[in-house]
Amino acid sequence: MDLTTFAAEVGRDSPVCVIGLSTRGGGVPEVRWVKAPSGIEWIQADEMTACCGAGTAVDELSDALRAVGQRTVLPDGGTVGGALATGHSGIRRLGDGPLRDVLLQAIYVAATGEVVKAGGPTVKNVSGFDVCRLLVGSLGTLGFLGEVIVRTRPLAQHSEWFAAEANDPGPVFAALYRPVSVLWDGSTVWALLEGHPDDVAEQASAAGLFGATGPPPMPGGARRLIAPSAIASLPESSRGAAFVAEVGIGVVHLAESAALPTSRSPMSSAHVQNRIKAQFDPTGRLNPGVVVG
Amino acid sequence: MAVTGRLLDELRQTLGPDLVHTGTIELGLYGRDASNITGSAGVVCFPTSREQVRVAIGAAVRHGVPFVARGAGTGLAGGATPVDDAMVIVLTKMNRVLSIDTVNRFAWVEPGVLNLDLTRLVTPHGLHFAPDPSSQQSCTIGGNVANNSGGPHCLADGVTSAHVLAVEVVLPDGDIVMLGSESGEVDGYDLRGAFVGSEGMCGIATRICVRLTQNPPAVRTMLFDYDTVDAGAQTVSAIIAAGMVPAALEMMDQLCVKAVEAYIHAGLPVDAAAVLLVEVAGLPHGLEHDVQRIVAIAKDHGCRTVRIAQDEAERALLWKGRKTAFGAIARIKPNYYLHDTVVPRRHLPDVLRQVYEIADRYGILVMNVFHAGDGNLHPLLVFDKREPGMMEKVHAAGDEIVRVSVAAGGVLSGEHGIGLEKRDLMPLMFAPADLAAQAALRAAFDTTGLANPTKVLPSPASCGDSHQIVEGAWI
Repeated sequence: MDLTTFAAEVGRDSPVCVIGLSTRGGGVPEVRWVKAPSGIEWIQADEMTACCGAGTAVDELSDALRAVGQRTVLPDGGTVGGALATGHSGIRRLGDGPLRDVLLQAIYVAATGEVVKAGGPTVKNVSGFDVCRLLVGSLGTLGFLGEVIVRTRPLAQHSEWFAAEANDPGPVFAALYRPVSVLWDGSTVWALLEGHPDDVAEQASAAGLFGATGPPPMPGGARRLIAPSAIASLPESSRGAAFVAEVGIGVVHLAESAALPTSRSPMSSAHVQNRIKAQFDPTGRLNPGVVVG
Repeated sequence: MAVTGRLLDELRQTLGPDLVHTGTIELGLYGRDASNITGSAGVVCFPTSREQVRVAIGAAVRHGVPFVARGAGTGLAGGATPVDDAMVIVLTKMNRVLSIDTVNRFAWVEPGVLNLDLTRLVTPHGLHFAPDPSSQQSCTIGGNVANNSGGPHCLADGVTSAHVLAVEVVLPDGDIVMLGSESGEVDGYDLRGAFVGSEGMCGIATRICVRLTQNPPAVRTMLFDYDTVDAGAQTVSAIIAAGMVPAALEMMDQLCVKAVEAYIHAGLPVDAAAVLLVEVAGLPHGLEHDVQRIVAIAKDHGCRTVRIAQDEAERALLWKGRKTAFGAIARIKPNYYLHDTVVPRRHLPDVLRQVYEIADRYGILVMNVFHAGDGNLHPLLVFDKREPGMMEKVHAAGDEIVRVSVAAGGVLSGEHGIGLEKRDLMPLMFAPADLAAQAALRAAFDTTGLANPTKVLPSPASCGDSHQIVEGAWI
């Protein structure tokens, strides 16, 4: 994919922001915006990789992958670049692994206006420093994704949500072998199981789960990270606010943003974060004002 | 700067004389890793705590001496080889497993804990640490973090980075930071992800939170053999394209099978051109379903015989064949050079053909034993370095192998890292602007430039000269 035009649009100076479909927040007000190229370059089913412009809609990529029996682990909606730049794993993270591991290679436009490649096209690769990991979740503050190669996954033979009443998600979590997702709201536990239909049924039965229509609606007030071991005490620590916790991960979706106090590590890496930004975008021209973390 | 008497005095005073070594034997032992690239150590320190790591780093930086972190020294790319009389900071005394959370499945360990020791410790809880490099009996988890190590079972579960939730790091400027979190998610830039695989050039890990993986309820191990290497390689692509991700998918060619069979007597088919070892793991119904489909695919691609391990002893024997391959080759020639490149799976047959052609042209024996499922090639050049001109041939053949791998859309290294060995080959994959971005990442962590300098990134002057291999890089 030729990124010359995209690079020229980003330019070498003056503030600029990148937008996709504006499903994850959109651009920076009153700042010139650009859009990344879109379109699927190729899908290699036997490599479990796909290459597309960062402006490609996640749904378009998902549809194309479904035709070859595969899927992306990117959360639904918006653009591929937007999902990667935001970096939030979906509720299938327990089974799929973190979103950040999906990005194998990125060709991006740097603050200098240069086209830069990070990573490589193969699933396994330890050639040099892992700039891809920095780009995922960087909210476009280190470079604007142009073309990406992402890892894909096979579609499951069978996929089914289950639920059960539970004052503690621990026993269900312990009983399941590699569930794709386990959610808990303080009184009900949900689990997404995938694989052979007989295995799924046996797992659900052994864990005391019953068929459910799907996951619960996620409270949209805030997304907080807590230690996985702190999930069991959420009913007390959330002070009555509605929550859904991703068990085994420590991501909590809360109805009210102020409901759960955030704890900051005494060994903060904020100064390293600042140095990263200063190295990659010394004048702060990329998505100005956007704060990561 | 060289190690001075003042620096040594300072180290002995702060760490204690027992933890600071400058004897000829120690400097020789720690002057290299498993890469056979020989460097030179100025002093070897053995800190036992985070604070002592910080003290050692602080002393090195104050005196302008480069420092190199080292675990068990099993790295194959020279990442832990000290250059220019650097201070070697050996982490093997920091080998405690600090805590294990069997409910949420993670453990906090010190960097010197051996990979296999952690798995053995958590086996009673039905858990294991997924990265399993061939050196897992002796390599440290700190070293795994530095190299983002892989192993046969990384096909389904990913390499080390996917199993590191958090790392406590002493930065070269002495600051101590926590990167990542027990939740495995991060607010802010993924510094944890940037640190893993940074080959000791971003600081020293002093505590690591690793993810533990549930042991599968059932495992089936299969062995297929073929008349051609192509047929085996095509089976690999077909299995993946059919939507299955086996736990492991390993391949050995004929020369390798012969060497291994003579060594372990497992009844391997020595007349086959290639042998494929496939392991599937998981719940019983899905497992049997996958076994049937994989056997059918193998037969469709010309598999001659199907052997399915009937019990744990037979499974262990088949794996012993794979894991002792490197030991077995000593029966053929006294020296070997192990390569590590990755190519897209669909190009495996073509690249393997080129590897054989290259070796033939140079009159060198080549054995292939590799992680076929990942496209991770490990061509093993087997030779006797006493033969005149052999080193030059091995050098040239290796260089060509790396080039054909990259030309086929592959990468320089799948699991060994870049270190010194492939530093000057980086321009094959990366343009100057790409390398500048990697240097920027490193500079944000290491403001002193003294953490394992001269590794991974070619100096700007050598960027355009990818022919230059570090002296001594080849056995």
